[in-house]
Amino acid sequence: MAKTTDDASYVEKKDGLKTLSGTNKNPGYFEHRGNRKNMLKLINFILLAAGSLLILSPLWWMISTSLKTMAEVMSFPPTFFPESWNWSNYIRTWEAAPFTRYTINTLTITTLVVIGNVISNSFIAYGFAKIPFRGKNVLFAIVLATMMIPGFVTLIPQYVLFAKLNWVNTYFPLVVPAFFGSAFNIFLLRQFYMTIPNELIEAAKMEGANHFYIWWKIGLPLTKPAIATVAIFSFNGAWNDFLGPLLYLNDENLYTLQIGLQVFKGQMSTQWNYLMAGSLLVLLPVILLFFFFQKYFIQGINLQSGGK
Amino acid sequence: MGKKRLTMRRKESIYGYIFVMPWIIGFLAFTAGPLVFSFMASFTNYNITSQMDFVGVDNYQGLFTEDSLFWTSLWNTLYFVAFSVPLTTIGAILLSALLNQDIPGIRFFRTLYYLPAVLSGVGVYLLWMQLLDPGTGMVNLILSWFNIDGPSWLFDPDWTKPSLILMKMWSVGGSMLLYLASMQGVSKSLYEAAEIDGANTWKQFRHITIPMITPVIFFDVVTSLIGGFQIFQEAYVMSSNGEGGPANSLLFYNLYMWRQAFENFNMGYAMAMSWILFVIVFVLTLINLKLAPRWVHYEGEEK
Repeated sequence: MAKTTDDASYVEKKDGLKTLSGTNKNPGYFEHRGNRKNMLKLINFILLAAGSLLILSPLWWMISTSLKTMAEVMSFPPTFFPESWNWSNYIRTWEAAPFTRYTINTLTITTLVVIGNVISNSFIAYGFAKIPFRGKNVLFAIVLATMMIPGFVTLIPQYVLFAKLNWVNTYFPLVVPAFFGSAFNIFLLRQFYMTIPNELIEAAKMEGANHFYIWWKIGLPLTKPAIATVAIFSFNGAWNDFLGPLLYLNDENLYTLQIGLQVFKGQMSTQWNYLMAGSLLVLLPVILLFFFFQKYFIQGINLQSGGK
Repeated sequence: MGKKRLTMRRKESIYGYIFVMPWIIGFLAFTAGPLVFSFMASFTNYNITSQMDFVGVDNYQGLFTEDSLFWTSLWNTLYFVAFSVPLTTIGAILLSALLNQDIPGIRFFRTLYYLPAVLSGVGVYLLWMQLLDPGTGMVNLILSWFNIDGPSWLFDPDWTKPSLILMKMWSVGGSMLLYLASMQGVSKSLYEAAEIDGANTWKQFRHITIPMITPVIFFDVVTSLIGGFQIFQEAYVMSSNGEGGPANSLLFYNLYMWRQAFENFNMGYAMAMSWILFVIVFVLTLINLKLAPRWVHYEGEEK
């Protein structure tokens, strides 16, 4: 049903554009402008190409430095391309600190956080988007208002709470809150749920389905793209989290990659080749994730701006 | 009939509460409860052990009148916000204007400019520490090609904050995408009409694009102000375990609060600090909201 109406309006739009561009192609009128336009496009292209070099050069520098010998790192002036490619730097780096341990720890936390975020936020957002109940608007306004509270205002009393629960030096403070939803994700998923026609849910109710069933069987599958976005954002957030592990984990066996890298920095001082190798290894999963799942990153941004 | 409808509605309500219950529990346990505790504890000398005596407004008074590091940290934070917010906003708008064109390779460019925005954490901070290293780093090497004698960046108190702002500029692609999405929503017919009227590219940008994206500019400014005041990790990692950099030039508000709370365990004092930050952020957001009608253009407003 929805599909056909969409198609119809699409055709209409297309026709509208056609007639507009028809008038535009008035011969002669735009010709001298056309050249100018192409000039501007060329300048635009050159600016973007030059800018990409600026954007990429730090990443290249990280790779290049990670492959240099220490002697070359310290040589003056610094070199853009390593004289010899010392891939063994990566092995040395990995062996210089318990990075395997850190990776397992980080993956454990990250997995739990992603699961918690996906389930809880999808569930909560369904309630806010699809079920009418008294006080809903007030509650949702509070959800949005919590985004304005500076993190440190709740961070310190939360620490007191978790310390009293004896949760310091465990993963609980990092993982448990993820199972209770977070404002940004609720907002994002609610935006997406709003695009699902209410008729669909009404029809399911007529068939005798309750909301749990509808959420599980209709809500979750239909919001897959938005859930992917939430999953990727949460993965990124948990993988890069520094503050939480810094505050709650003192036992070296529990350290995450971010904390491990910070400790590694202290040990290596200015051994930039090893430090860059370590940084690159920690950033690599995020870079790969970005290249494979770009569209979900971008969708998150679009959902965000759709709500403005 | 009427009665049945009512019970249906009640049933729906119960479902509604069940669905949002996880958030309510989380909100009470991890936000509201801690907020109440923090507010009360900010009037005590709480230090996470059993000591918790009411001291009135001593914490607040002490911060304003006796603590020079409080003012240093506030100044550093204001400096950072005052430069980073306008620079990243303008940078993102200009970049998205360049990326909102129909030219070869545009999809590739968009991906590329967005990439740094997804990278964060210690790895990125270490990378920038190396890039900005006065002797072995890339930034001063490039400057030397133009015969510019680069500064000592993170080692020079005058240049530490610009260092961090430079790093922020690198990842401007995040808000760029927000602007790009909004620019793509601007109706083509507006530009076509302007073209017929003879408006050049700059005029079109100034009088069509900018007004149409003001809602997103507003959103971006509000959120980056809130975010900017909370800068912490960058300074913590890039100033060797949170020492605050040369001459305390990287001692940001949150970094000083962190020290008071988790190094000196002056919890009551730190919580008082957090409430002052809350008030600052809140007032700035209110000012933003008050000023918004003067410059933010919402579509359909004139109708």
